Amino acid sequence: MNLEVTIRRFNPEIDDAAHDELYHIDAEPMERVLDVLNRLKWESDGTLTYRKSCAHGVCGSDAMLINGENRLACVTLVKDLKSTKIKIEPMPGSPVIKDLVVDQSAFWRKYEAVMPYLVNNDPPPETERYQSADDQFLIEESTKCILCGACTQSCPSSWGDDEYLGPAALLKAYRFIFDSRDQAGADRLNIIDNNKGLWKCYTIFNCVQACPKEIDVTKHISALKRKVVSERY
Amino acid sequence: MARFNHDIVIVGAGLAGLRAAVEAADQCDVAVISKLHPLRSHSGAAQGGICAALGNEEEDYPLWHAFDTVKGSDYLGDQDAIEVMCNDAPRAIQEMEHYGVPFSRTKDGKIAQRPFGGHTRNYGEAAVRRACYAADRTGHVCLHTLYEQCIKRKVRFYSEFQMLDICETDGVVCGIVAYEIRTGDIHIFNSKAVMFATGGYGRAYKTTSNAHANTGDGLAIALRHHIPLEDMEFVQFHPTGLYRLGILVTEGARGEGGVLRNASGDRFMERYAPTVKDLAPRDMISRFMYQEISEGRGAGPKKDYINLDLTHLSLKQIESKLPEISTFAKIYLGVDPSKNPIPVQPTCHYAMGGVPTNVDGRVVIDEKNTVMPGFWAAGEVACVSVHGANRLGTNSLLDLVVFGRRAGKDMVQFVKETKGKMPIQSDADKYVKEKLSAVLARNTGEPVGKIREELQQTMMDNVSVFRTEETLSRACLEIKKLRERAKNTVVNDKGKEFNTDLLDALELDHMIDYSQTLIESAYNRKESRGAHAREDFKTRDDQNWLKHSLCWMDESGHTQIGYKEVNMKLSQENAKFVPKERKY
Ligand SMILES: Cc1cc2nc3c(=O)[nH]c(=O)nc-3n(C[C@H](O)[C@H](O)[C@H](O)COP(=O)(O)OP(=O)(O)OC[C@H]3O[C@@H](n4cnc5c(N)ncnc54)[C@H](O)[C@@H]3O)c2cc1C
Ligand code: SF4
Ligand code: FES
Repeated sequence: MNLEVTIRRFNPEIDDAAHDELYHIDAEPMERVLDVLNRLKWESDGTLTYRKSCAHGVCGSDAMLINGENRLACVTLVKDLKSTKIKIEPMPGSPVIKDLVVDQSAFWRKYEAVMPYLVNNDPPPETERYQSADDQFLIEESTKCILCGACTQSCPSSWGDDEYLGPAALLKAYRFIFDSRDQAGADRLNIIDNNKGLWKCYTIFNCVQACPKEIDVTKHISALKRKVVSERY
Repeated sequence: MARFNHDIVIVGAGLAGLRAAVEAADQCDVAVISKLHPLRSHSGAAQGGICAALGNEEEDYPLWHAFDTVKGSDYLGDQDAIEVMCNDAPRAIQEMEHYGVPFSRTKDGKIAQRPFGGHTRNYGEAAVRRACYAADRTGHVCLHTLYEQCIKRKVRFYSEFQMLDICETDGVVCGIVAYEIRTGDIHIFNSKAVMFATGGYGRAYKTTSNAHANTGDGLAIALRHHIPLEDMEFVQFHPTGLYRLGILVTEGARGEGGVLRNASGDRFMERYAPTVKDLAPRDMISRFMYQEISEGRGAGPKKDYINLDLTHLSLKQIESKLPEISTFAKIYLGVDPSKNPIPVQPTCHYAMGGVPTNVDGRVVIDEKNTVMPGFWAAGEVACVSVHGANRLGTNSLLDLVVFGRRAGKDMVQFVKETKGKMPIQSDADKYVKEKLSAVLARNTGEPVGKIREELQQTMMDNVSVFRTEETLSRACLEIKKLRERAKNTVVNDKGKEFNTDLLDALELDHMIDYSQTLIESAYNRKESRGAHAREDFKTRDDQNWLKHSLCWMDESGHTQIGYKEVNMKLSQENAKFVPKERKY
């Protein structure tokens, strides 16, 4: 099928503002949007710039706005878009570096802010630390996150407030707070129990909609809210 | 240009690089350089597991694991290194658990384990449950956990910095030259120790499970510094890549009970490997799949694939143990594995060969294992060699954490013992600067993508699962032509900021360099061993070829081959480890 692909372009060395560029290209329905971008770059316009690596939805490099939704270009097939017109833009809510590449430094700073590591100050046992399958299950969904940013960068609360931790960082906080092996839950709750954290989430569900790993992010944030309310208020 | 000073510079932020960083962080000033954000590294794509003889699900011992690894390697693995790895495995996995890896669990809360190809109980009796896993996202959770530990230890990361060269002063490696992708600036890092953890090179092949970033940069840069590459002819093709795409379906799918079937539904592995069947090692299964296909028993309209059948597994098992691969099959092939078999084909997966090192990760540069001062390597870029001619599944992640840690420890020791840093020579970045300006200056020529595609096709057609003198000589000729053509590539993007067009051109040069060593080593080895199957020399020849290949390359692209003894230390002590015909 013949596709009309409109790509939002911005070259910081030349452009004052972003502009749209239209490309025509033949594509198979089963091709990934990433394949289409690659062919455009490799066969016709080498200046087209985006991040990529794994090409099958596990590394989190290529989240971008595709026909109005934040998606990974490598797990979005041409046929999924149900249209021969494709519009590709950088994810909203972050400064654009070039074309589809956005500056994610704020996203990573927020991730680091929630103490994203297991804290257990007891000397480690000779064996593994035991964890029941049920306790493991409690955090399993949250460990699927590939930190692509699609959720945080589709969240109106995040767009409206640069300081809001955002869904991805809150999900990471959940992953450790609910890990039966962790001992720093209270510290993390201190970090997120405020209006730059949990209470900035108005359950708009954009994050759930955006997540390519089908993580119910809002469910996890709600569990954190319930935990805070039952333990602290 | 800026100059950065650190005690240790680690290039690569997959499991190997991060594990080394965790080890050294508390004691030295460590920097990790990575062309991708660390969490984008391809270690995160590993699915099936990481193995250790924990014995959580059934009786198991490190010596059994070592035996399987030696046999799996077709006796080319160095037995001293294999012993180190298998003995350290239980400790290494428990440590990963203590760091926070959310492993799947047994009923009593221990790390769960499942069977994997080539891993057996009691020297080949039957498959054993040795692979520790987190569903089919084992690499993902291990990568995230080690990165988290680095954040905790405040390791300094230089993300989206691409190493283009190493700095060498009087034969000592004392730093690297790196390109900051965001700005296009070239920087020099001066350090006492440099470690390569740059991963694999599967992108040299058309069909691969590897990421776009897996362009083997470290290998080509080592070659440029007159360091040989070891055992490059051994490239693993994983039996189960998604048809035409190469995206991996973990061997864990067969570990959970999946079976391979030909067009008539026949479970052909029962014929070829009666004891372990679908859990035979990868080199063998890939060959048998091609045999089925070439004898007309392939599935599909073109009779060119094999079916991986999971339909007899319970939905719960698929959803809890194999959710990712089941999603991949649904998305990319439109196949629901609980209802229909998954069309699969062998896919280029893993590099057994690489930069030669000793068991402490020190790079060794000749037949006598002479150490190159200041230089370490670990992970898929390195060849220590625990995998010999064929790696067993789940042994790579283990290799990364065991030898990543050992390299980290050894570097710390070295940094403590070494008084100042070797100075960087004033022209250390000359080569890189000249190369970049030459590429940018050309306004006419061939596109990089076209040459890369031809390279990938050449490698796929001539240097994949089966090889002959004819295919290899063809590849030798082709690669020389490609090398000439690559001197005249043209890039559209002439800018400084985020110029991935330019980086593609530099990576292509790397791909050509190491691919040539691969082809020439394969041409040279006149026997079949592990993943190197020569149709014109069908059997293993221990008399003449029980030795590692080393391949050097000079500036003009001429190669030279040498050999290194295989360490058979264990086999002298244990009759079980003496080379025999591999049967499963
Ligand atoms: C799909 C798939 C599934 C797998 N499953 C398993 C499994 O279940 N069990 C198992 O044991 N093994 C598995 N393997 C193999 C294993 O995952 C890899 O061998 C291993 O992850 C390689 O790790 P690494 O640390 O050496 O390199 P990688 O994780 O590939 O990391 C390489 C790093 O180097 C950086 N880098 C590269 N070049 C440069 C440069 N020029 N400058 C700066 N930085 C650079 C990259 O940015 C990256 O950070 C699998 C492999 C694949 C492809
Ligand atoms: S929760 Fe989903 S959308 Fe958000 S960062 Fe993680 S994987 Fe991406
Ligand atoms: S390229 Fe890795 S998630 Fe798309």
